[in-house]
Amino acid sequence: MKSAIPNVNVMPPAADPDSAYVRIANLTKRFGDFMAVDDVSLDIRRGEIFCLLGGSGSGKTTLLRMLAGFELPSAGTIRIDGADMSAIPPYERPVNMMFQSYALFPHMSVEKNVAFGLEQEGRGREQIRHQVGEILDIVKMGGFGARKPHQLSGGQRQRVALARALVKRPKLLLLDEPLAALDKKLREHTQFELLNIQQRLGVTFIVVTHDQEEAMTLGTRLGVMNHGRIAQIGTPADIYESPATRFVADFIGSVNMFEGRVSDEGSDCLRIDCTELGCTVRAERTVSCTRGAIVWTAIRPEKINISRQPPTAAGQPGPAENAVRGTVREIAYMGDMSIYLVQIDSGRVMRVTLPNVMRGAERPIARQESVWLSWHGSSPVVLTE
Amino acid sequence: MRARGLFTRTALVLGLAFLYLPILSMIVFSFNNSRLVTVWDTAHSPTLKWYVALMSNEQILRAAWLSIRIALIAASAAVVLGTLAGMALTRLGAFRGRMLLAGMTTAPIVMPEVITGLSLLLLFVAMQQLIGWPKGVGAVTITLAHITFCMAYVTVVVQSRLSGFDEALEEAAMDLGARPLRVFLRITLPLILPAIASGWLLAFTLSWDDLVITQFVAGPGSSTLPMVIFSKVRFGVTPDVNALATIMVLIVATGIAVSTAWMRYRQQRRVRDLQLAAAANL
Repeated sequence: MKSAIPNVNVMPPAADPDSAYVRIANLTKRFGDFMAVDDVSLDIRRGEIFCLLGGSGSGKTTLLRMLAGFELPSAGTIRIDGADMSAIPPYERPVNMMFQSYALFPHMSVEKNVAFGLEQEGRGREQIRHQVGEILDIVKMGGFGARKPHQLSGGQRQRVALARALVKRPKLLLLDEPLAALDKKLREHTQFELLNIQQRLGVTFIVVTHDQEEAMTLGTRLGVMNHGRIAQIGTPADIYESPATRFVADFIGSVNMFEGRVSDEGSDCLRIDCTELGCTVRAERTVSCTRGAIVWTAIRPEKINISRQPPTAAGQPGPAENAVRGTVREIAYMGDMSIYLVQIDSGRVMRVTLPNVMRGAERPIARQESVWLSWHGSSPVVLTE
Repeated sequence: MRARGLFTRTALVLGLAFLYLPILSMIVFSFNNSRLVTVWDTAHSPTLKWYVALMSNEQILRAAWLSIRIALIAASAAVVLGTLAGMALTRLGAFRGRMLLAGMTTAPIVMPEVITGLSLLLLFVAMQQLIGWPKGVGAVTITLAHITFCMAYVTVVVQSRLSGFDEALEEAAMDLGARPLRVFLRITLPLILPAIASGWLLAFTLSWDDLVITQFVAGPGSSTLPMVIFSKVRFGVTPDVNALATIMVLIVATGIAVSTAWMRYRQQRRVRDLQLAAAANL
């Protein structure tokens, strides 16, 4: 598995040193024999929200803890705004962190919790009071200063934790699963609020999350992590529409993936023979590969068309291109859309989603019905690894 | 159903009687006028004369004062050492000899007191010969011995509190710019203070009524209160011992009542706060 996902360094080192606010170079962390973070190089720009996305044990939290200074790297360097952080203890770094458990001090009031960071700087009492009041207003917790953490609801605690981490006006804020402890409704609401606050204060955010939806809505760029390495870096759209590896394609969203062999290579398109799929896939040429090479084609469920009639181009005799026949096995009605599980003639099951555009369609496709699946030539992504 | 209710109630009454009848009879007889402990003098009882006699008993007052001083010092020193040991055992992770240290700090709890006492006496004698300190046995050696076994109890209490401690709290404080010492003083210490306080109370009571170990390491002129009571009882129980014991029971009972009431108050307040927070969430 490990060898199948080599370290893809998508971001070339930026020419302008100012654009890389945080520069992580060849960062490695070993716990005994376990490589938690394995030779990660990464640049984070000033003012962006960078989401580190990965499953448990992918090394994302260890990477965050190294940025905060709670773990020392086994190798490699971290530079924040040009300054090497290797010898800087956590209490002297220009970084603040919001913890997954929020880590509010249970024996202090909300006000005292938020003031704690400012007190360490030895600011005057009046100034502290002013700044605490200001930040509590920003997170809409103005009237709760005298409460103790256990007197707050989960959403309120999350706001206080955010205020406490922001009150020192750090240039870089680390957020460890900031929304994981909230219920779904509150999470959506808080997500947008978090974006709003980030833009208002102009702080650079590094967010660690295992929730791809959270990463997609929050992040200006994502870094997908797997086995301690960065599998891909890019904007949410890049990662979703042009995954670099099979792992990324499979990890973000759902995907139909088929192994095949390149049968013909044009200047801007590829033809791939997929025995598993039972048709030839015509795809845009986005990767360099030669005839006969083994590749994988990945097609997102929402980019597949479902119809009773054969699509026009596939009606001709000869092997069909970008179209297969199948039988609908399951339909899951989700309200806004429906998921169809279609067993194609080769035996594999494909996942197709269609938005329910019309109310009460006249003759909806039913289970066990025989259908054609087709897709546009720009839909399949060709992956070589 | 009724039979079972009757059974449990009887069991409760019998159990309480078993535990408290001896103490109750002791308290009653402390107000007895007669010199003979087992004979109730109906004509002149109850009386406070044994309590008055107690207040003028030089020997008992001196012993009580010594016991209090030793218990105060021993409990305080045991709390410092026990907290440090508890922190080391929970925080240092897996270091060489961790299991050994854990076993050794708690060994005095299960060790027979006679052995602890004897070994401490031998140690003190050897130390005196080698480095000339402590000079003879007395209040100093009693205090040292009490610190030794009290520390084990404090360690256990503090350790159990620390094992449930969210270390993210300390990291958060550090992240906000607090140096390690400040983190300890402002975050860790306040949060483990209840454990430290109960460890201190436990150590104080253990030191206050220890007899066996104390006997080994005590010298002439350094009799603690339990030693005085024990030696008096050997020549027959006198009613002033009853009075003394009654006072001790009263002190302990008051302490327990106050701490229970305080904990109940805190618990109730906490429950109310949680309900309020839950209501605010709706």
